[in-house]
Amino acid sequence: MFVYVPIVWSAYLSFFDARATIRPTQFVGLANYKYLLTDSLFLNSMLTFIVFAVFIVPLTYVCSLALALALDNVGRLRAFFRSVFFIPTACSYVVAAMIWRLSFFNGARFGLMNSVLSSLGFEPVDWLGGSNSWYWVALVSLRLWLQVGYYMILLIAGLNQIPTDTYEAAAIDGASGWRRLRYITLPQLRATSAAVLMLLLIGAFQAFDEFYNMLSTAGAYPPYARPPLVHLYLISLGGSQQDLGLGGAGTMILTAIIVVFGLAQNWWVTRPDRRQQ
Amino acid sequence: MNFSRRHFFGAATGLATAAVLSACGSNSGGVATGSSSAPSAGASGTGKLLQWYHEYGEKGTKEAVERYAKAFKGADVTVKWNLGTDYMTLLATTLLSGNGVPDVFESENGATLDMIQKGQVVDLTDTVGADTSKFSKPVLDRMTYQGKIWAVPQVVDMQMLYYRKSVLEKAKVEPPKTFADLVAAAKAVKTDKMGGFFAGNDGGLGVLANMLIWSSGFEQLNSDDSGLGFIESNFFDAVNAYRDFYNSGALLTSASKDWFDGSPFVNGETAMQWTGLWALNDIKKKWGDDFGVLPFPSIGSSGRQAVPFGAYGSCAAAKGTNNNVAVAKDYIKWLWIDQTDKQVDFANSFGTHIPAQPALVSQASQISSGAGKEAGRFRGQAGSCLRAAVDQHHL
Repeated sequence: MFVYVPIVWSAYLSFFDARATIRPTQFVGLANYKYLLTDSLFLNSMLTFIVFAVFIVPLTYVCSLALALALDNVGRLRAFFRSVFFIPTACSYVVAAMIWRLSFFNGARFGLMNSVLSSLGFEPVDWLGGSNSWYWVALVSLRLWLQVGYYMILLIAGLNQIPTDTYEAAAIDGASGWRRLRYITLPQLRATSAAVLMLLLIGAFQAFDEFYNMLSTAGAYPPYARPPLVHLYLISLGGSQQDLGLGGAGTMILTAIIVVFGLAQNWWVTRPDRRQQ
Repeated sequence: MNFSRRHFFGAATGLATAAVLSACGSNSGGVATGSSSAPSAGASGTGKLLQWYHEYGEKGTKEAVERYAKAFKGADVTVKWNLGTDYMTLLATTLLSGNGVPDVFESENGATLDMIQKGQVVDLTDTVGADTSKFSKPVLDRMTYQGKIWAVPQVVDMQMLYYRKSVLEKAKVEPPKTFADLVAAAKAVKTDKMGGFFAGNDGGLGVLANMLIWSSGFEQLNSDDSGLGFIESNFFDAVNAYRDFYNSGALLTSASKDWFDGSPFVNGETAMQWTGLWALNDIKKKWGDDFGVLPFPSIGSSGRQAVPFGAYGSCAAAKGTNNNVAVAKDYIKWLWIDQTDKQVDFANSFGTHIPAQPALVSQASQISSGAGKEAGRFRGQAGSCLRAAVDQHHL
């Protein structure tokens, strides 16, 4: 009811001129799709997503894997450290975004980060104002803090699936350190890594909360740092305009892109099996 | 300080800008659903009303509007206080969905064009009736579309330029009346600890976009509302001048709060700030007499000083939860036209605002002297009412 009906309804609306109505009558065919795919603002929002994904996906994966490997070798207090790194996952994106905005990355001279910079002799930075690209630091660091613990747990589960005798055999053959990681751990983690990377990519596609809550002001949103969902939200519901046809078409386009990525991931994961066959 | 009635200015300013920029080529819909005619009044009313407000930041406002609602004898009025900053989005989607629709609600600068064209609100022309002349004309005009009144103004707000008298005196500069003076003053007063002028964390363009139009001597639309009224070289010069100001370093581009909050000025982060009349009380508490207010300075040879003002309007839904249109109209008339003591209380007791009926202004103590009185004078002499979608979409 709450999944399939909205999806089908969005698809239906995407073929209509559905301004301020959910029961449109004016069929426009692919006009909404054509508009979005030639709209520089929508295409820019896709570029924003790519920039965001380029930063956040590998960074989160590497940090999560590093934490997972580090904790895998911790003997005592393993549960404690797992909990410590996992706790941020329980925090709301909205709450975290407000803290990041009002405290850490506040643009005032007495903002936390600016105070640190000042104490080190640097000029204060306009973090979120759009006069530079420093807002990416705030956006990426927030998502990294929130999700690294969750993916760390997934990767720990993947590590636990690797048979210990594989490592023992490798140790007998003299493999350790980087060679052990390169030739045993990473290949054995292939399926888990693919799932993690796919989830990270979809998560980046769905980015909304931290962008909207960190950058919007007084009911308005600045022209920069608009990922696809923020752009579509502003088109279909932002302010008092309600172009649900365009919004529906945009969500269908995003869904299609995610499906393509999903198929690509599936192809990548099953590639070794196909080779063996 | 926290957010308040000021939000509608941000949204309305952005909306007005967007509407102006898209006026001639906007997607005007054309989807025929709903009806533009009002339903029969109170055909099956329940004796109850649901009223919506957005979240006002000033302490005590919620309790005050609940008191007003309780005092109405014509129906049992329930007030819903909507938290957060996306009130207008919530309102628009609720009206669209038809579920939980308030019978009476406030809307930024009156009903939007969508609300009117989709038949989501009822015509209040008869409700205002002979009382039309009691209201500030530009404010009521903003709530009028095709000769019909769709909302009753609740309280008027405005924006203006605050400056620290002592800081400007120390730098030996006069309060700026032209944009060139503003730039010179900002450069003169700027220090490592204090910015020259602040108008938002986006550099000020969001809230000042319309001011660049008005202060350079133009209107958003031409005289017969058939096209844009500001695509002239003087306007482009104004935009260039603002860009130079932005790049000069004298414009503070990042502060602890945004333009609609007086905190940067109160904290001493800036010597001058563009913010709202609503911040007056907090600023007065902090700086006493050491501040003054000004309209936005004129830009270029054909420029003029200007201040924007606008008001939340009270609307009646065509298909409210309690289907009580006649009583909803009565309630709006009772509260926002007849109950003048409540209107003065609403304008004067929670932040600083201007009663929508000019005859009540003298009873609002906060704007009867000092900077508040100056602000009232600006509104009379240099005011430009925020004009948004209603004016633009029928081009």
